[in-house]
Amino acid sequence: MTSDQTFAAYLATSVLFVYGMMRLRSPLTARGGNLIAAAGMIVAIATVAINNHANNGVLIIIATVVGAIAGVAGARRVRMTAMPQMVALFNGMGGGAAALVAAGTLIQQLPVHTTLAHTAPTLFDTGATSWAAVSVIIGSISFSGSLIAFAKLQELMHSRPVTFPYQHTVNAALFIAAAILAVVFLFIHALGLLLAAIALVALALGVLMVIPIGGGDMPVVISLLNSCTGVAAAATGFDLLNPALIVAGTLVGASGTILTIVMCKAMNRSLFNVVFGAFGTVVTTPGAAPAGAGQVVKSTTPEDVATSLAYGHLVIIVPGYGLAVARAQQEVREIACLLEQRGVTVKFAIHPVAGRMPGHMNVLLAEANVPYDQLFEMEAINGEFAHADVALVVGANDVTNPAARTDPSSDIYGMPILNVDQAGTIVVLKRSMNPGFAGIDNPLFYNPKCSMLFGDARDSLLKIITALKEV
Amino acid sequence: MSSAGTVSSLVFDAYIFALACFLGFIVISKVPSILHTPLMSATNAIHGIVYVGAIYLAAGSHGWISDLIAACAVALGAGNVVGGFVVTDRILAMFRRPPGNETAKGGVSHD
Repeated sequence: MTSDQTFAAYLATSVLFVYGMMRLRSPLTARGGNLIAAAGMIVAIATVAINNHANNGVLIIIATVVGAIAGVAGARRVRMTAMPQMVALFNGMGGGAAALVAAGTLIQQLPVHTTLAHTAPTLFDTGATSWAAVSVIIGSISFSGSLIAFAKLQELMHSRPVTFPYQHTVNAALFIAAAILAVVFLFIHALGLLLAAIALVALALGVLMVIPIGGGDMPVVISLLNSCTGVAAAATGFDLLNPALIVAGTLVGASGTILTIVMCKAMNRSLFNVVFGAFGTVVTTPGAAPAGAGQVVKSTTPEDVATSLAYGHLVIIVPGYGLAVARAQQEVREIACLLEQRGVTVKFAIHPVAGRMPGHMNVLLAEANVPYDQLFEMEAINGEFAHADVALVVGANDVTNPAARTDPSSDIYGMPILNVDQAGTIVVLKRSMNPGFAGIDNPLFYNPKCSMLFGDARDSLLKIITALKEV
Repeated sequence: MSSAGTVSSLVFDAYIFALACFLGFIVISKVPSILHTPLMSATNAIHGIVYVGAIYLAAGSHGWISDLIAACAVALGAGNVVGGFVVTDRILAMFRRPPGNETAKGGVSHD
């Protein structure tokens, strides 16, 4: 292909990517949008294959088949609850590939016979080399960070924050070290070992940046790492002067950044606070436990819950990650169906950080065949709690905590929450009185309108279903 | 390769980069939160475009170190691309049209 044809093909790729992503705005068109983006990818791959078919074909085909089989196997088997770890793993693969491509181009440029005559790079070399170094650093951070995020989500390691003294100082020192090594590399463009050192420092940085981040902050971390891989791909694109990589990488970088901001806003925390705050380490806040000690919690029975649900007009169900942990999505849907058959309006209120990645709870409910017109975002539903007869909270805690609105001393003060406390009656399904992930007491439970149904969420829901059929 | 010609090509790429940034922000901020997981998964597949870079690297590779790096990059990139698109399709297949409703409504915004 001529250079013009190649660029036209990459233009087609970019247009297909953007158009595909535009179609992700509605559940009606999203599936087609994904296929359009995949078509864009096929155009780009065909282009590079036609242009470079002469060399190393066997190596490329074998490596592709190995990678593709692993990718398809993972993608087809993964459970929807495990989607965050799958995305983290694919993200790590992308980051690793970007870093390796950049490192590979640098190694190919290294002079075979190292003499001082080779150490003065031209302007072009410096430009491309800087981008390659950026890609090696960010790609490596994304690779190791994603693997740690995967390990935490898969519970191969503790999801609670891991901290040690001078953590931030060490991280800052590593970052500066990587930057200095990269600058040195630009001028002494000869040492392969130096390149390895840059990659190792960046890999260590990725690990150290993710280990202090707690399980509940994972939606932010995954978005951020996704964004990093996008930037690494774009930097690789600058290194190779390939517009398809630049456009695709930049789109992903921008999208990851937006999702990161959305997630931070939903928790009322700054990105700095998430990455450097090690939230959740101070679980035993003195005074937090006694705060509710003298207050009375009202407990209820499945029969009473079924009665109040069945005779309401509007029931709002608030699902949290505890619902997915108990694998009770089907039971929740069955309750919603039974109520709708009785003429009760049922809506699901979904907090942006419900689940382990952005939008995760929507996917889990969609998997259980809950129609998406029953799923409501926080802003869309918050005004309706005041008209709701019953708010049924299943496996959610911190996102319903009114202390976020009323108690300036609370750790989650200012976090946007679902206004569950405004409903006529509130029923909370909970395993025990243990505080939620954030370790913060929830005054909602002591509200006179609130009653608790203790036990495994799935068992409780099954009992409610039985009772509903007899009401 | 003349140095003047290539510098302008870097500037040209920076031009693409700047516009793609704005495009990305505009396109993505219109995606409703109900679809944030498939959005993330789809963009995850799209950054698998580094697979294209990996093929380019592998085709120009000489020597075993370079070959090994290229092969790893190709395998990781291929897994990222294929797995990413397949898993996104699986997620989106579950978002069914509500029964009896021809158009989406409720929590899904169309603006």
